[in-house]
Amino acid sequence: MNVMEITHSDELERVPTGLAGHDVPWVIRARQQAFARFSAQGFPTRRDEEWKYTDVSVLTRRASLAPDDIPPDPSSEAALHAWSLAQEGTHLMVFVNGHFSEELSAMGELPEGVHLGSLAQRLEDGDELLRPYFEGEEHTVFGALNNAFATDGAVISLPPNTVVDGPIYLLFIASGHGVAIYPRNIVLAGAGARATIIEHYMGTLDSHNFTDAVTELNLGAAADIRHYKLLQEGPAAVHIAGIHADQQADSRFASHSYALGGHLGRNDITSRLLGPHCHCTMNGLYLLDDKQHMDHHTRIDHLAPDGTSREAYRGILDGASSGVFNGKVIVHPGAVRTDADQSNHNLLLSRQAEVDTKPQLEIFADDVKCTHGATVGQLDDDALFYLCSRGIDANLAKSMLMYGFANDIIEKIENPTLRNRIEGLVLDRLPQGENLSL
Amino acid sequence: MLLVKNLHASVNGKEILHGIDLHVRAGEVHAIMGPNGSGKSTLAQVLAGREGYQVTQGSVTYLDHDLLAMPPEARAREGVFLAFQYPVEIPGVSIALFLKTSLNAIRRERGLPEVDAMDFLGLVRERMKRLGMDEAFLTRAVNQGFSGGEKKRNEVLQLAVLEPLLAILDETDSGLDIDALKTVADGVNAMRGPERAIVVVTHYQRLLDYIVPDYVHVLSQGRIVKSGGPELARELELHGYGWVEAKNGARQVA
Ligand SMILES: Nc1ncnc2c1ncn2[C@@H]1O[C@H](COP(=O)(O)OP(=O)(O)OP(=O)(O)O)[C@@H](O)[C@H]1O
Ligand SMILES: [Mg+2]
Repeated sequence: MNVMEITHSDELERVPTGLAGHDVPWVIRARQQAFARFSAQGFPTRRDEEWKYTDVSVLTRRASLAPDDIPPDPSSEAALHAWSLAQEGTHLMVFVNGHFSEELSAMGELPEGVHLGSLAQRLEDGDELLRPYFEGEEHTVFGALNNAFATDGAVISLPPNTVVDGPIYLLFIASGHGVAIYPRNIVLAGAGARATIIEHYMGTLDSHNFTDAVTELNLGAAADIRHYKLLQEGPAAVHIAGIHADQQADSRFASHSYALGGHLGRNDITSRLLGPHCHCTMNGLYLLDDKQHMDHHTRIDHLAPDGTSREAYRGILDGASSGVFNGKVIVHPGAVRTDADQSNHNLLLSRQAEVDTKPQLEIFADDVKCTHGATVGQLDDDALFYLCSRGIDANLAKSMLMYGFANDIIEKIENPTLRNRIEGLVLDRLPQGENLSL
Repeated sequence: MLLVKNLHASVNGKEILHGIDLHVRAGEVHAIMGPNGSGKSTLAQVLAGREGYQVTQGSVTYLDHDLLAMPPEARAREGVFLAFQYPVEIPGVSIALFLKTSLNAIRRERGLPEVDAMDFLGLVRERMKRLGMDEAFLTRAVNQGFSGGEKKRNEVLQLAVLEPLLAILDETDSGLDIDALKTVADGVNAMRGPERAIVVVTHYQRLLDYIVPDYVHVLSQGRIVKSGGPELARELELHGYGWVEAKNGARQVA
């Protein structure tokens, strides 16, 4: 990795102060060491293969990378958003500028033994359970930065065979000017446990915030976790995130990523299928306009026999926006009888929009079934004419085709309430989208 | 209702229609027949407003409007409907959403209130039943994975729901089995009325046994070379297009 000049080294000293766990020696050390790792590498540049199409140099021009350590006022604006995706039985945790807000949250009743709580609190208590997460090597340099500065987030632990019916909804609201936000979520799903987790990032119009979020999920044998990531940051926001799952035998992990807002976004989503008969789903949709940039880097490691993975990403790009899809599926030696399918389809609506798509399949095992494909296309003129010939005006017809294109991803959402809500968010992004519901 | 005068149209600089004259009055049914490649679909597409066809000469008047000056959606809202020879797939868009959006666009133009989901479903279910279509089609993506016959039936469903004033059916009979042909023809006949005109493009006399036209026109090489009553279709069935083309050629020489 190329080292970029670090202008923030003085922040090393102040890493622990004011942050959760500043009285706990291992937390302080872990944070300092993580910051040292970050400093040694620096922010990636475009000479870095993994960051070839995503320029994060804007971050080097920030006055400060340190998080805002003042807990927020629960503003009415934040409260307004709080229930945007909530449905009956939702367990809601709201974070404002990275800090948990008890006033805005409504965790509801959880099955016995299920723990849902604030990471900051756990760090304050010096909970040893979190230690390996903060002391290990991170997936990316942004993971190191997150380890150094993690403010708060959710710790979710599900005892074996527990089922949480309603979604666990983590809402992150950015409402300040220029704040740096470091959410960190940890999910421990015991054998056979089941839950749906939504991570929703919202930002206000003018917040020039920088979010560096990390979510780690550990799925025990036969656990079933559905994870939804919704990105609706404000138009000036920079959002970098990692979502990393480890799957034990027979587990099912589904990741759904919807990128609907933000100036510059990057999601690194990975899963390791460690035991036999695991299933991994990765779906994603990005709708980009103006000068937005969104990069999805996904990686599925098949490490054991009889695993299956299904990945489908789609993007609609307008204006001078740019999108990146880089999807690795790696079938390691011994991962025999792996069945993997990956696709990425893109719709370009303007000449200035561009997309770089790179599905990568690497196979080191025998008797596997792997398919992949990527396309970049435009709206179909014949389809547009067909719709217009039925009285639908040209703009609505375009929206209808975009909706149809996106629907291929949306209809993979199993929970009908959530599917309707997310469909609603997508329709909100389309011209005359309000005319496109039944 | 529809007056086509000396219509010339080309694609990519190649003239396909060489001066079409056609007059369709409200309440009438016209059949257009003609060999493959003679320009029937081109005429239908030009009337519906497909981009890419250049009209180089002539005019089309529809209910006092200059039809050619209107974008396709405006034509549809004024009551022009084309059942496509090759219906287009719209992935991810259900028939229900597609039809309701179309119906409301047309109703808004006519100053009628929009139909809500309940009323719409009531209407569309009734029409589907009439056309022998399974309700399960409502949630399927428009034309995607439909058989040839199902696509054609879906065109007629749209016709029955949107209730246009001028319906142009481009080979709606091809690909239909015998029973489906009868159901579809019944559906079209149910729409016949003094305020509505229907133009059917077909290769087969069989459809015209069910939908008996008032006029039959033969299109050949971009021209209407012969017009007559329903008996003309039967003569064509007996003698083939060569018969009209030869006669027409002789007349031109004379
Ligand atoms: N986009 C195009 N580019 C070039 N030629 C075209 C185009 N569209 C139509 N044509 C040509 O115009 C002629 C008329 O085609 P058209 O589809 O109107 O025939 P048709 O009478 O409907 O035939 P069929 O009975 O086979 O449906 C054909 O020779 C066809 O190849
Ligand atoms: Mg044709």
